[in-house]
Amino acid sequence: MRQVVGVILLLVLVAFLVAGMLLIHPFGYPPSDMDDYIIQNAQRETGNNNVVASVVFDYRGLDTLGEATILFTAVTGVLLLLRAQRRKEERS
Amino acid sequence: MLSKIVRTVANQLILFVLIFGLYVIAHGHLTPGGGFQGGAVVVSGVVMLIVAFSSHDLKKSLREHILTVMESTGALVFALLAVAGISTTFFYNFLVGSPVFGRIPPTGPNPGDFWTGGFVPLMNFAVGLKVIAGLCAVVLALALFTRGEEIEE
Repeated sequence: MRQVVGVILLLVLVAFLVAGMLLIHPFGYPPSDMDDYIIQNAQRETGNNNVVASVVFDYRGLDTLGEATILFTAVTGVLLLLRAQRRKEERS
Repeated sequence: MLSKIVRTVANQLILFVLIFGLYVIAHGHLTPGGGFQGGAVVVSGVVMLIVAFSSHDLKKSLREHILTVMESTGALVFALLAVAGISTTFFYNFLVGSPVFGRIPPTGPNPGDFWTGGFVPLMNFAVGLKVIAGLCAVVLALALFTRGEEIEE
């Protein structure tokens, strides 16, 4: 039973991947107009010469907020882990 | 602790590493780089100090409550700047056109003006502070852990 379900899920996944490959835009045609818009308007709208910085902090700022949260979580985890190890050694 | 040659060279080099890192953070809206990258450059200088000297010497100056305050300040400033333009949208660049960082450069190649970019330079500073404090704490805690010590309060 599990094998049958697995094969069906695999076939669905393969179908999605093949459909994605077939539906992809032809080479040389950008899939969206967003990149052109940002290149032409970023300096006027956000005042940044570094367009990458304007995307990272302004147009896609929410993404950077998540990135900062990841860093915060990583730091908290490392400090917590090393401290817990130390406490355990003292107790034993 | 490494030899006297390494310690002397690291002592002279750390100034330039810190200046370069702060330059990358401060000019994030003009040149390639930004808060994350410049913070990593500064922390690489701290790693050089940990290697040349010992983490035992550095834990007296890099205390946990200083790093905590730095990291929390960076995160808070970042979040507050994001919320400050909430009357339009989240992450609205409300400083464009204002006297602080509000100048608008001409479209296309131009020599660059430091007082441009809206709130992006301020966010670069906040993220840089956060990355410096966070990565310093991680590196120092790992270096101290290999010696069986712990980061100080």
